[in-house]
Amino acid sequence: MSLDSKIPDGPIEEKWTKHKMNSKLINPANKRKYTVIVVGSGLAGGAAAASLSEMGYKVKCFCYQDSPRRAHSIAAQGGINAAKNYQNDGDSVYRLFYDTVKGGDFRAREANVYRLAEVSNNIIDQCVAQGVPFAREYGGLLDNRSFGGAQVSRTFYARGQTGQQLLIGCYQALEKEIAKGGVEMFTRHEMMDVVKVNGHAKGIVVRDMTTGEISSHAGDAVILATGGYGNVFFLSTNAMGCNVAAAMRAHKRGAYFANPCYTQIHPTCIPVSGDYQSKLTLMSESLRNDGRIWVPKSKEDAQAIREGKKAPTDIAEDDRDYYLERKYPSFGNLAPRDVSSRAAKEVCDEGRGVATTGLGVYLDFKDAIARLGEDTIRARYGNLFQMYEKITGDNPYQTPMQIYPAVHYTMGGLWVDYNLQTSIPGLHCLGEANFSDHGANRLGASALMQGLADGYFVIPTTIAVYLANEKPGTITTEMDEFKQTEKEVKEHINALLNVNGSRTVDSFHRELGLVMWNHCGMARTKEGLEEALQLIPKIREEFWNNVKVPGSGDGVNSELEKAHRVAEFIEFAETMCYDALQREESCGGHFRLEYQFTEDSQEVKEGKTQPGEALRRDEEFAYVAAWQHNGVGEPPTLHKEDLDFDNVHLAIRSYA
Amino acid sequence: MNLSSCSICQFWHSSIGKKLVVALTGLFLVMFLAGHLAGNLLIFQSSADFNEYAHMLHSMMHGWGVWIFRILMLVALALHVIATVQLTAANRSARATRYQKDATMVASRSSRMMIWSGLTVLVFFVFHILHYTVRVSPELKELADFDQNWAMTVKGFQNPLVSIFYIIAMALLCSHLSHGVASIFQTLGLRSRKTAGPITLLSKAYSLIIFVGFISIPISICFFGYGKEELQETEQMIEQAKSLGLDGILHEHRH
Amino acid sequence: MLNLTLKVWRQQNATSEGFIETYDAHDIPESASFLEMLDIVNERILNDGGEPIHFDHDCREGICGQCSLTINGIPHSKERGITACQLHMRKFKTGETIWIEPFRAKAFPLLRDLIVDRSAFDRIIGAGGYVSVRTGSAQDANNLPVAKTKADAAMDAAACIGCGACVAACKNASAMLFVSAKAAHLNLLPQGAPEKNKRVLGMVRQMDAEGFGNCTNQYECEAVCPKEISADNIARLNRDYAIAIADEAAV
Repeated sequence: MSLDSKIPDGPIEEKWTKHKMNSKLINPANKRKYTVIVVGSGLAGGAAAASLSEMGYKVKCFCYQDSPRRAHSIAAQGGINAAKNYQNDGDSVYRLFYDTVKGGDFRAREANVYRLAEVSNNIIDQCVAQGVPFAREYGGLLDNRSFGGAQVSRTFYARGQTGQQLLIGCYQALEKEIAKGGVEMFTRHEMMDVVKVNGHAKGIVVRDMTTGEISSHAGDAVILATGGYGNVFFLSTNAMGCNVAAAMRAHKRGAYFANPCYTQIHPTCIPVSGDYQSKLTLMSESLRNDGRIWVPKSKEDAQAIREGKKAPTDIAEDDRDYYLERKYPSFGNLAPRDVSSRAAKEVCDEGRGVATTGLGVYLDFKDAIARLGEDTIRARYGNLFQMYEKITGDNPYQTPMQIYPAVHYTMGGLWVDYNLQTSIPGLHCLGEANFSDHGANRLGASALMQGLADGYFVIPTTIAVYLANEKPGTITTEMDEFKQTEKEVKEHINALLNVNGSRTVDSFHRELGLVMWNHCGMARTKEGLEEALQLIPKIREEFWNNVKVPGSGDGVNSELEKAHRVAEFIEFAETMCYDALQREESCGGHFRLEYQFTEDSQEVKEGKTQPGEALRRDEEFAYVAAWQHNGVGEPPTLHKEDLDFDNVHLAIRSYA
Repeated sequence: MNLSSCSICQFWHSSIGKKLVVALTGLFLVMFLAGHLAGNLLIFQSSADFNEYAHMLHSMMHGWGVWIFRILMLVALALHVIATVQLTAANRSARATRYQKDATMVASRSSRMMIWSGLTVLVFFVFHILHYTVRVSPELKELADFDQNWAMTVKGFQNPLVSIFYIIAMALLCSHLSHGVASIFQTLGLRSRKTAGPITLLSKAYSLIIFVGFISIPISICFFGYGKEELQETEQMIEQAKSLGLDGILHEHRH
Repeated sequence: MLNLTLKVWRQQNATSEGFIETYDAHDIPESASFLEMLDIVNERILNDGGEPIHFDHDCREGICGQCSLTINGIPHSKERGITACQLHMRKFKTGETIWIEPFRAKAFPLLRDLIVDRSAFDRIIGAGGYVSVRTGSAQDANNLPVAKTKADAAMDAAACIGCGACVAACKNASAMLFVSAKAAHLNLLPQGAPEKNKRVLGMVRQMDAEGFGNCTNQYECEAVCPKEISADNIARLNRDYAIAIADEAAV
């Protein structure tokens, strides 16, 4: 199948308007005849379900959580970008578009990004009208802040819980539609598979996580808004339940998976404290504005600290290595996320890491407190320090914080065209689950924007492009395709229950995570990826021979739920490594050690960039890598969608 | 009319509506207590003033006043009791399985025994009415018939059992009020983080004043012999009057 | 390392009989979170051939509101301003016995072990906890200024994560803190004002229909709330309800 991105013609500013004008409409009386299935109830799925119902479609919405309000969108802290230019600091739709394409290291589709920037303003209007309590100035108007190194103040925020407030707005709209009968909501339901009828996605099979019942749901189109796959690393800042199973099932049914190797690593998380660790907690990056990052110069000091024989305060100033300041004098501790993450990994790999596991570096506020006083530091970071103390028991006013990078967001996802339709007709994909707007890296405060853009403003228009050609209500769950898929799902569940092995699901997940972190994590190499591709099939094989899933399929069984998700993660991990292997360049959230600028590079000599920066290879790799599934254990097939940059010129990233 | 009566039903059947009824009737009863105490404390001023006060209450609005007030009191009390009993029953059934390990963060002891302190005070109220208003005891009835309310009160409290029950009931009333008065503010929507401190203080101070004020009477009478001599004089006077056959005249005078 | 005894509520499903099971939780690292302690215990139960203790959890950073454990009789534990997932084992001493029970309320039917069904909250939101604005029909966000004090008060109320600890802690299993916070968030903002009376009546009636108890102003809810939502909201709801019902009766 060829990859037709269906980007409308015309100047970039007019594409979306023209597309809306040229798209078919479905008359209001007919809309209620169409059923749309939405899987996931976060910002993208919840917004889509509510909006489609308001328009008159019948909607069935599914989530694995106990309420749609708990989707992991809720955890986003920082804010949401929009090109409102309320601060009159020169922002515009074009500038947001430009920043996003550049921030994505020129691996995103221009037309999609422009549309995202365009609708960003509508999102803010919509959310404010819903009662989202954004921060305000004394005059009563909305406040903005600059976020993630942006040069304009375009980020709207609601204390440290913007994600929760936006999600509540969306959830309230969804509950309103549920109460009106427009949306039928299925909480504690996990999507087990997509059902295709004549090549089109026409329904899903789900498992009721309370009763264990397997059932089918038919519709005229299916929307997946099932989030990212960061938990393939076992440890990440994602919620425990975040998983790739739904996307993976769609992938196995023929949806291409695009750019799975793009994963965003966040440099300031609380380090792992032991094997029992279940997840990682993010600390705001703003801490790097005043904190200085260091490790001991000598391995001996580091070891003494790890063994508890020395305290960080025992290390004399001369024996400390402020490695970011040393390596990158102009940016210092504010070096970009990927650079500072890799630097932390390097010093820890050298054996100079702190924390009990050796995987941690110090973020020290001693000098800032001496310079500004404890009160100022408290005013700036008080609640962050408090949160840190709650988790670690250490007081950051007295002893330096320990931080380490962690997986935070995944830019890859199911391949979609301009209409957010995957390579399976009728199957659409929104939010973090698709690959569309962030390219190889995502700017701070853009994830919320993309989820809501897809859900509130894009899919309600573009789904009609598909539905207008479909006769509504022709599909029923009595069809053989549903019976067959249901049967396959039941067999899959029985298979998991019947292995009766000796290892827990978590132990496999942990093992997989370690392989991925070591070989497909912050820094990747050809050898490492090839090794991972040797190791993962072994994990998969052992999993299916030795996993232990107690209990039955009837009723609540959390081990069964996890086993299903981990089985899909194992298969997905292979695709991810294949993608990382073929992308012989470094860009955004994908860093290949073989491809970086060195002292000898011409660009470094010319002062355009620095040694250690990612070396992008635009001639060969300015494409979207969309993978076609060929069966378990089989290498997937690569399809390329070439990316054209007509509006933003390809440029080398520099942080000088 | 239909709509409004429907709203009233809904109001009564709703959690907040019923609580508002409890708060408003509670407020009425709390105000009554203040008035009642002020009147009672006249007992320490002089028997004449106390009897004068009692007479005034009974002759207000040609004798109608006291009855209007009594009916209002009874309605308020009945609403207060019915609503709280119903609310408590609903509260009990709202948690079918109790915690095996129960613990409390901030709820005061008083707040947790409202239904028991309330019901005890209700029992006391019935006794109190029978004691001093209906006057089932012939001794007290006689004193009252001679318009000797002061002497009747003193006589009543000379019984240690009566006084001890009275003091216990007042202690429970104090407990009831210490949570109840503050709750009136919260239920009527008048409490906030800023006013919470003063309201709690007011509630505690008020309940303490009610407690100390009311128990000061039985304690002084029963344990410190207050009014003992004057009561004896009054009783002797009545005896004399009776022996002189003047009791009929006194009765006529009264009516 | 800590050696603890756990007393955990086990119940196979909604209809079966529940009971307290005792577990020996030895060698628990002090730096583990409370839920990680349960992970460790579960891993051991699994390796011993048993079925793990089921509990709800997701984000493990105190924002999703899914974790719902009553620890030693207090929802989310006696530590203030945190959820169970933010509780760390260093708060316990070796030799301690820890009681772990579900969030108990008739309106939160139990599903298994420590997992309860809190969908009553969703239905309360559906009964009025929203602003009726259709996607795409909004005016410019800055057309309607909101006083900072009002916006801040709305944000204070909106911080609720819908975990249900208020219900679980309330001696009467009342949902007043949740309902009042959700109503206050929208009632305080000009965007929510037109539907205020309808919202208040709808949400309170749904709350009553779900079988929650009645507030008796004991403030246990406020004390356990992981987001420290103020009981001022309850006072506000009481007031707003009186106004709304008067409005309904008179107009």
